Amino acid sequence: MSNDTKIAIVGGGLAGLAAAMKIAEAGHKVDLFSVVPVKRSHSVCAQGGINGAVNTKGEGDSPWKHFDDTVYGGDFLANQTPVKQMCEMAPEIIYLFDRMGVPFSRTKEGLLDFRRFGGTLHHRTAFAGASTGQQLLYALDEQVRKYEVAGLVRKFEGWEMLSPVMDDHQVCRGLVAMDLQTLELKAFSADAVIMATGGPGMIWGKSTNSQVCTGSAISACYQQGARYANGEFIQVHPTSIPGEDKLRLMSESARGEGGRVWVPRESGDTRPPQDIPVAERRYFLEEKYPAYGNLVPRDIATREIFQVCLDGHGIGGDNQVYLDLTHIPADELTRKLGAILEIYEMFVGDDPRYVPMRIFPGVHYSMGGMWVDFEQRTNVPGLYGAGECDYSIHGANRLGANSLLSCVYGGFVAAPAALDYAKNVERGDTETNGIHDAELKKQIQINDDLVKSEGTENQYKLHDELGKVMTDNVTVVRYNDRLQATDDKILELMERFQNLSINDSNLWATQAVPHARQLWNMFQLARVVTRGALARNESRGAHYKPDFPERNDEEWLKTTIAEFSEEAPVFSYEDVDIGEIEPRQRDYSSKKEKKSA
Amino acid sequence: MSEQNGHQQKKTLNNPPEKIQVSIKRREKTDSSQYTDVFEIPYRRNLNVITVLMDIRKNPVTVDGREVTPPVWDMNCLEQVCGICTMVINGKVKQSCSALIDDILLESGGNSITLSPMTKFPNVRDLKVDRTPMFDHLKKVHAWVELDGSYDLGPGPKTSQDVQEERYAYSRCMTCGCCLEACPQYHGDNYIGPQAIAQVRLFNMHPTGEITRDDRLEALMDDNGIANCGNSQNCVQVCPMGLPLTRAIYETNREVTVHGLFGWLRK
Repeated sequence: MSNDTKIAIVGGGLAGLAAAMKIAEAGHKVDLFSVVPVKRSHSVCAQGGINGAVNTKGEGDSPWKHFDDTVYGGDFLANQTPVKQMCEMAPEIIYLFDRMGVPFSRTKEGLLDFRRFGGTLHHRTAFAGASTGQQLLYALDEQVRKYEVAGLVRKFEGWEMLSPVMDDHQVCRGLVAMDLQTLELKAFSADAVIMATGGPGMIWGKSTNSQVCTGSAISACYQQGARYANGEFIQVHPTSIPGEDKLRLMSESARGEGGRVWVPRESGDTRPPQDIPVAERRYFLEEKYPAYGNLVPRDIATREIFQVCLDGHGIGGDNQVYLDLTHIPADELTRKLGAILEIYEMFVGDDPRYVPMRIFPGVHYSMGGMWVDFEQRTNVPGLYGAGECDYSIHGANRLGANSLLSCVYGGFVAAPAALDYAKNVERGDTETNGIHDAELKKQIQINDDLVKSEGTENQYKLHDELGKVMTDNVTVVRYNDRLQATDDKILELMERFQNLSINDSNLWATQAVPHARQLWNMFQLARVVTRGALARNESRGAHYKPDFPERNDEEWLKTTIAEFSEEAPVFSYEDVDIGEIEPRQRDYSSKKEKKSA
Repeated sequence: MSEQNGHQQKKTLNNPPEKIQVSIKRREKTDSSQYTDVFEIPYRRNLNVITVLMDIRKNPVTVDGREVTPPVWDMNCLEQVCGICTMVINGKVKQSCSALIDDILLESGGNSITLSPMTKFPNVRDLKVDRTPMFDHLKKVHAWVELDGSYDLGPGPKTSQDVQEERYAYSRCMTCGCCLEACPQYHGDNYIGPQAIAQVRLFNMHPTGEITRDDRLEALMDDNGIANCGNSQNCVQVCPMGLPLTRAIYETNREVTVHGLFGWLRK
C-alpha cells in the first residue's frame, strides 16, 4: 500500500527536488512538473553560498546566532518558529550536500571552507566557487535522477501547471498542466500538491531572475483561493549588472570576500577609477556603517546606493557605483569568485580583477509568497508551498545565502507533511465525480479563447509596460500616489489584454499562448504586490516609504494576507510569531548587543 | 585606462553598422522543411543575440515586409549557466545569451548574423531542440553518488583543495550540448560523448563515488562507449564552461582500459 499515495510537485528547482528526493526516499511515487528540464531551473543562478552555523572558524558561531541574524535582518516580520528550525537544520543540510559530492571549496585541512556574507559578523557561508546554486541543484538533480531510474519519480519536463483542481470543499485534488510542445492540456489527480515554483521576478520585466520566474502557477493558486502573504516585500539586490535583456546578478560574495563599494568624492569626476586616489574616493557604506561596512543587509545597501545616485554622486552622474575587488590578489579572486567575475567580463568586457565593476541595484527576490503554516501547508488542504514561492522565512528582508537554505528546508518539511496528509486523506469519489474534467475543460476554454485573439496589442509590449511601471514605482522607494497610479496602470493593461493579438497560428511549441497566460497571472500578482505596498504605511526591511520612514511595530508588526477577488485583492493582517526574540530596532553601525541564548 | 599585470582591454567595434541583418533558420515542426526568415534591427551598443530575438518577437516583420510568427527559441537564466539557449551562431555553437553582437560583428567583419538550431538533436521548432538524449546519458552512466539516505549522517569525506578544484571544473557542466554539436564522431545514438564521460570522471574522483566506479566504467564499455572518441579535441574548444574534457576522456579511458583488463580479477 505504501505506493498508493499520489504526490505532485510543481517546480524542479532546489525546493522541488529536495521534496522529490525525500518522498522517493520514503518509497513513494512523485510526479514532478517543470517548465524547463529541472537541471536548468533558476536555482543555478544562485552564486554566493548557503548559510549554516557549522562554526569551523573558532568564532563561537551557533544556530541561535544564525537565527538571531536572520530575524533581525528580516526586520522582525518573519514568524520565528520556522526560522529557528531552519537554522538548527542548516549544518546537517550542508553536510548532506557534502556527502552527495558537491565540490564545496575547502580549507588546507580538507574541511569545508566558509565565507562571510551580509548581515552577519561570522564566517557562516559554505560555497562552491561562486556557483553554489548550480552545484547544489545538480546534486539534487543527480539524486532525483537515481530515483527516476528506479521508477519512483516521473518527470514532466516542458509542462506548465495552469491551475490546481479543487473539489467542492476547496480541497486540492490535483492539477491541470500543459505540454509546452504539443499544447495538450491534461488533468492529473494527486492527494497532495507541493508548489515549488520560485519567485515572480518577471513581473518587473528585467530582474536578476530567470525567464521562467513568472510566478504564474502561484498566481493561479491565489486566484483559486490560496492566500498570498507579504507580497509587498521585494528584495532589490544592491549589486547587479544592468543589461537590456536582464539585470545580471553580481553576488554578495564579492563583498563577502572583501569587495568595497565607492563613488568618486567629487561628483562628475571623469578619471578612470584606478587613477582616483583612495583619499578621493567615498566608501559610503563603510563610512556610515563602521561595524558591518559593505556587508550591511541588502535592503540597506540598496537604499544607500540608490540614494547616492539619486543625489547625483553616481559614476559620471549615472545610475552606477563602483564595486571594487582590485586590491585582492588576482589568483585568489579567480579561485574564490571565478564564476561571477567571468560573468561580468563576458557581458561588460572589463576584467574585475583589474578594473572596478560598475553596478546598480536590481529586483532579485520575493520575501512574500504563498501563505503557509509551520509545516508548509497553505490554507488549501492538500496544497503545500516550499522555497521562494512561500513567504515563511525571510520576513521583510532576506539575508544573503539564506535562500538556498530556505529552499532545501522548505522541501524537507513539505515532503513529510504532504506524505502524512496523503496517507490519511479520504479520496471519496473525487477521482470519478468529474472535478478534474471540469477544471480541464475550463482551462482548455481559456486556451481556445486566447488562440482566437485577433486584436492589436502585442503581449510582449504589454509585458514591457508592466515591467517599467513596476520597476519605477514598486521597488526601492515607494510613494502612495505612485502606487495607486501603478495599480491603475495594471488595470489598464488588463483591459488592453482583452484586445490581444496572439499572432501565431502554428500551435506546435508556440510560446505565444503560454506567455499570454503567464502575463495575465503576472498582472494579478502585480496587483497583490502593489496594493499590499500601498496599504502598509510604514518602512520595514525592503519596504520603504519616505512619507512613513519609521518601522511601526504597534500598527504594522503584522503579516499581510491577500485573498483573491475579481475586483481587487482583499487584505487582512495576522500577528507575527515573536515567541523567541523580542523585536528591537536594527542598527548596523555598531555590533549587535550581546544576546543570551 | 591603465593596463596592469598584462590585463588586456577588450576590442571594441569602432564603426558599427546602422542596422544588423538577422537570418533565422526556421522550421514549423520537427518533420517539416527548414526555411529562412531575414529580419533587420537597428544597431545599439551592448546587444546580445537574446536581445535581438526579443526585439524581433515584439515586431516580427521580415526585411521584405511580411509579418510572420515570432521565432521560437529557448532561454532561461541569460547568465550562461542554465545551458538552455544554445544555438548555432554564424556557424559556431554557443549560448545565445552570452553571444554579444559586437563580438560577432568584429569577428565576421560584416553586419549579418545567422542563427540556426543545433543539428545533432531533434529540431522541435525554429531554434528549439530536444536534448533529452543527454539526460538519458547521465542515467546510463549512473551520474550520482550512492547515499545510504538523506538523513543526518555527519559530514562528507575530507577532500584536498586539488581534488576539489578538479571536480569543481567537471561539476560546472550545464548539459548544453556544445561538445556533442562540435564532435565529429557523435551522430545521435552512436557515441555517448564527452559530457557523460566528464561526469563519470567527476563521480569516480569522489571518495564515496569511487565505491561504485565500476558501474560507471562498464556503462562506457559498450559499442556506443568511450572507444568511439576520435580525439579531434573539438569538444574542449567549444565548451563554454571550460571543462577539461580531453583530460576527462584521457583519464577515464585509462580507467576503462585497466578495468577491462583486470576488472574480472576483482569479481
